[in-house]
Amino acid sequence: MSRRHLGIFTAAVLAAASLTACGGSGDDSAASPKTLTYWASNQGASLEADKTILQPELDKFEKQTGIKVTVEVVPWSDLLNRLLAAAASGKGPDVVNIGNTWSASLQATGALVEFDDATLQAVGGKDRIVPAALAAAGAPGKPPAAVPLYSMAYSLYYNKKSFADAGITAPPTTWEQLAEYGKKLSTGGKWGLAIEGANPSENAHHAFTFSQQYGGEWFDSAGKPTFDTPQNVSAIKRYIDFMAADKITNPSNAEYAQNQSVSDFANGKAAMLLWQSAGSNLKTQNMPADAYGVAPVPFLASPPAGGKKVNSMVAGINMAVFKHTKNRDGALSFVKFMTSDEEQTILNKTYGSLPAVKTAGADPAFSAVEQKTIQDTLVTTAAPLPQVPDESTFETLVGTAMKELFADAASGKPVTEASVKAKLTDAQQKMR
Amino acid sequence: MATSTTAPDADRREPRAGSPAREAPRRPRGPRRSLLPYLLLAPAIVLELAIHVIPMVVGVWMSLLELTQFHIRDWSTAPFVGLENYRATLDLNSAAGKELLHSFWVTLVYSVLSVGFAWLLGISAAVVLQRPFRGRAILRALFLTPYALPVYTAVITWSFLLQRDTGLVNHVLVDQLGLLNDRPFWLIGDNSFWSLLVVSVWRNWPFAFLCLMAGLQNVPGELYEAAAIDGAGFWRRLRSVTLPMLRPVNLVLLLVLFLWTFNDFNTPYVLFGGSAPEQADLISIHIYRSSFKTWDFGSGSAMSVALLLFLLVVSAAYLLITNRRRDDHA
Repeated sequence: MSRRHLGIFTAAVLAAASLTACGGSGDDSAASPKTLTYWASNQGASLEADKTILQPELDKFEKQTGIKVTVEVVPWSDLLNRLLAAAASGKGPDVVNIGNTWSASLQATGALVEFDDATLQAVGGKDRIVPAALAAAGAPGKPPAAVPLYSMAYSLYYNKKSFADAGITAPPTTWEQLAEYGKKLSTGGKWGLAIEGANPSENAHHAFTFSQQYGGEWFDSAGKPTFDTPQNVSAIKRYIDFMAADKITNPSNAEYAQNQSVSDFANGKAAMLLWQSAGSNLKTQNMPADAYGVAPVPFLASPPAGGKKVNSMVAGINMAVFKHTKNRDGALSFVKFMTSDEEQTILNKTYGSLPAVKTAGADPAFSAVEQKTIQDTLVTTAAPLPQVPDESTFETLVGTAMKELFADAASGKPVTEASVKAKLTDAQQKMR
Repeated sequence: MATSTTAPDADRREPRAGSPAREAPRRPRGPRRSLLPYLLLAPAIVLELAIHVIPMVVGVWMSLLELTQFHIRDWSTAPFVGLENYRATLDLNSAAGKELLHSFWVTLVYSVLSVGFAWLLGISAAVVLQRPFRGRAILRALFLTPYALPVYTAVITWSFLLQRDTGLVNHVLVDQLGLLNDRPFWLIGDNSFWSLLVVSVWRNWPFAFLCLMAGLQNVPGELYEAAAIDGAGFWRRLRSVTLPMLRPVNLVLLLVLFLWTFNDFNTPYVLFGGSAPEQADLISIHIYRSSFKTWDFGSGSAMSVALLLFLLVVSAAYLLITNRRRDDHA
């Protein structure tokens, strides 16, 4: 090999090597006791809207404590990766919002401050917090890795006018009814139900609820995956069949991953939507609150043996503090501020979610139909997603398998018990 | 692409024994002079080490560990598993191994087709634009536009164009031209591979065009004139003059394009989001998913290292073969 070729070869080696070189970076945690860095999750209509909503509260906190909080609103598509990079590098923000289903997964990294009783006391006390929300803040038997901030649950949103036009007088209470109504509503270019088919997290949340109703579990008591049980296969098939068999969902929804299903519902292209606290989002899309109704998520008409009366996960956002923070006291006082009655009322009212503390529910805004439905669901029929370290992997693998099944359904390929089982078995084999 | 090496020649000439030049008032060529090239190279070497070599070595080390979320914060606690990650990811009887192999083939076909089409378009445009004519500069600038656009912006635009219900592609094909009755999916299912290929060729061909255009500037016009006098037509001139003269350019261009395309992460990631459909599951996305989405960095690194070895073998074989051919011709 000539010298010139050696040169080219070296360059080629380095070009090829770029695959192995991957890494994350993060901002440094605030070094001064008078500053904090906060990563907020995207709760409002846009990242900018969130910043506008949060900034006055952060200014208030600065006035009270002299601590300046720099906020960055991180989109959901990036948040978990960014958190992981921060956990791995020991660099990054002081305080973060996390999806509550990730609590145990992130807790396993050991990068988050544990909220034992003393620490909980420092942020306002354990007794104030809604127990169901606290149960979704870390692995059972361990101190929570985060504190609940916003509480949410799935509800069924339905378009009142479409229902009236189709002669339907009340929202469906069973999946069988939902399919039947959906068929009546799927005419003239409109569809019965909008689904976010290409969004793995959204899919996984429904996988959980349907599995509970069919008597299934995604993990056994030892935390080992049980993805391809007959119950789970039936559960997933039931959900995919809204598109594949009942044909009440537009095949295009198999591409949806950026909340297009909410837009379709807001624009009247779909008459029903299963979503968490959709109200504030619908408002920004100019759908008036009296145009839609909110009802609990349906159940199976005749549940199989072992089927549970669960129609939502305990959804919500938790607030966590990184152990690497150089301003732990400041960080905890910020958590205390954000979970105070006043802030809980202001922020949850704006986002259409529910306070995660018992003492902040008195505001009339929380007794609107949507919030009432969420509240009832959380108290009676919601269950937390399994709080195991592999939870986030479950969301990715099962959610992606469902995305592929939706793609099959959309392109007319048959979705059978066997094809669902094959996908779930594959997903399970990838768990280590 | 030609390089000149005058400096060593100059050095070689200098230490002639007994030369009177020694007494001449020349600037001394001591250690300071010989250090200069190294000093000038130092920043590049340091950056190369920091950006490529060290992460690569770390990647190899990671591939020998069971690096999951339990150990990501402190790697020293991660159990050393030797080649277990390689065994698990390259075991073709397991689901993970089968998917990796599938992804490998998809990537290989994708790379070969993408480079092939990009080169074909590049050489066609370069040859057509070789002779001056009115509007040539405008066409050149126009052809280079895809390369000048930021990759994210360009690919996001493509993803809008390719949406089933609201995309321009279906609007033109179905609503305007009436070529198809059903609105096809372009971002999921079998078509997703072709969508990815089209976007990739669209992004890469201007680079091929640029390199080949530069290469053509070095072809002496007399060669074409001589060929024309000998009665050579367009194709004959292309085969016997243009392509042989472009050989050194092509040698590098094809290799670099292949490596870039094989490793391409941005295009599929932006076009499909984090999880590509299985028909377009390129290896870079596959590795990303294994590492970041399932938090198994050991396996992800093992796949990367295996892939690195593969690309090294391909590159070495390619260079050996092309080198030997050149020697044969010489």
